[in-house]
Amino acid sequence: MQKIKLTNKTIFNIACVAIVVILLGYLQATEIENSYAITIIERSCIYAVAAVSMNLMIGFTGQFSLGTAGFMCLGAYITGIFTMPIEIRDQVYYLYGMASFIHNIQVPLVVALLISGVIGAIIAFLIGWPVLRLKSDYLAIANLGFSEIVRAVLGWDGLGKITNASYGLSNIPAFSSIFQAVIICGVCIALMLLMINSSYGRAFKAIRDDDIAAEAMGINLFKIKQLAFVVSSFFATVAGGLMAVFLRSAATSTFTVALTYNILLMVVIGGIGSVSGSVLGAFLITAGQEWLRFLDKEYYIGSFKVPFTRTGFRMVIFSVLLMLFVLFWNKGIMGSKEFSFDWFKNIYKSIKRRIRRKKNV
Amino acid sequence: MLEIKDLSVSYGGIRAVRSISFDVNDGEICTLIGSNGAGKSTTLKSIIGLVKPESGSIKIDGKEIMGQQTNEIVTEGITLVPEGRHVFPDMSVLENLKIGAYMRTDSLADDIDYVYDLFPRLKERLWQPAGTLSGGEQQMLAVGRALMSKPKIIMMDEPSLGLAPIIVQGIFDIIKEINKQGVTVLLIEQNANMALKIAHSAYVMETGAITLRGTGEELAKNDEIKAAYLGAKIKH
Repeated sequence: MQKIKLTNKTIFNIACVAIVVILLGYLQATEIENSYAITIIERSCIYAVAAVSMNLMIGFTGQFSLGTAGFMCLGAYITGIFTMPIEIRDQVYYLYGMASFIHNIQVPLVVALLISGVIGAIIAFLIGWPVLRLKSDYLAIANLGFSEIVRAVLGWDGLGKITNASYGLSNIPAFSSIFQAVIICGVCIALMLLMINSSYGRAFKAIRDDDIAAEAMGINLFKIKQLAFVVSSFFATVAGGLMAVFLRSAATSTFTVALTYNILLMVVIGGIGSVSGSVLGAFLITAGQEWLRFLDKEYYIGSFKVPFTRTGFRMVIFSVLLMLFVLFWNKGIMGSKEFSFDWFKNIYKSIKRRIRRKKNV
Repeated sequence: MLEIKDLSVSYGGIRAVRSISFDVNDGEICTLIGSNGAGKSTTLKSIIGLVKPESGSIKIDGKEIMGQQTNEIVTEGITLVPEGRHVFPDMSVLENLKIGAYMRTDSLADDIDYVYDLFPRLKERLWQPAGTLSGGEQQMLAVGRALMSKPKIIMMDEPSLGLAPIIVQGIFDIIKEINKQGVTVLLIEQNANMALKIAHSAYVMETGAITLRGTGEELAKNDEIKAAYLGAKIKH
């Protein structure tokens, strides 16, 4: 048996995980008082999965694909259908009546997520065939179109017995605890990270950097693009499923193009080509929109009303912040680097060096 | 080992290569020289499968490879150092080398060491993004990356392009070194002087056809070549 080495780094990592677990445990234990924080964390985690899956296509493979919302919509419906409690189904489908072949199938959340992921991946494989021959803007437009088609089809009356058409799904069971949400999202992101660090990941980056040279190295461009698209869509679909569980409902109106842009924003702010950047971006943007909520209230200093602050003002400030961000930090927070604790060590070292230099002078 | 027969390539209606035939023998340095637009790069690209030839045959060790996918051709032991280096700028030097071995499944450690021995400069810059290397270093990386696929034939498209003379000399020394270790080299050059000096056999291409052939020495002494490519004046 191999001996596990206990280096400082592993101890440090274990400590970090322990701190996160304790924090989450505390939040879970005081669920009622901290429901707001729990909501934000869960939402951020789900967006993080979607953002990393989008980054896999845009940042790592260099294919500008904007179909995320479509796949998420698909995932939300499939997960919703398979996890909704059987006894409540007739109530939800009161208008159309649920098709009998799926009426009595209820599976655990993880299985439902896997089913939706696989269906998303198969659909990605099929549409990838024509669509991935396109480049840059054209690919983005084609995928945006696909995303709208998914929305239209899922909201179509003809499929009412399966999708409940425009009424959407409701009463989807929520996460059993914050741990379930965080762990599922963590596993998804870890799997994508493994993929990126494998030789496939190198092939993705090679295509992004220089497709001519990549082809000359023997990389089959189309196959690798197809692979990236299928994997990215798998996780986008899973993220959609998680979203349905989080919202406890699924409706086509949740998954508009605006959602894709919102996720794109997280990818860009976090850093195109950085997994930790996307996660950070997801948390910052989700939480940021909440933190700025104080701007939506009206304030008085004595009898003087503070100008501008009123409902909706937070979005103005948010937009201004985004513009400043894009202007002055256009590579995103992380650029294409990954987060590492060595940074802190390096910062500490450079400070120490500076102090020493000053002493010598 | 590499036989090209009646190879023709067209881009749309324009014939870039007109039914050329030449052989590259095992273990030699073979060079194709010629001016811009003679069809040299197109020839290399059609050998590696990046451009689909119109007609002809390309055989390696007697095996027909024309019309195969690039990844299949690379596994046959041919590799291309593309014109203008084409390193992957946002990937580290090490990642670039590993991508070179993309079609291989065996252990890479020995070959990475071999490349470091050839180019000690690359070892110093292991974690640096390839885009931050100087032109000469990028060319070294491009050659090292190509060697990572353990090729029988390495094809180089203008390795001296845009490099200072002293660095060009270094690159040519490396080419000789690689060749000594048993790799066949097919070299395309506009720097005819240097190429002919190290080449065992040489072909001159003009407007898509091979017009002259011989050993490197023969062509270096040829008056027409001297006038056209080496800058000498013909005495009348």
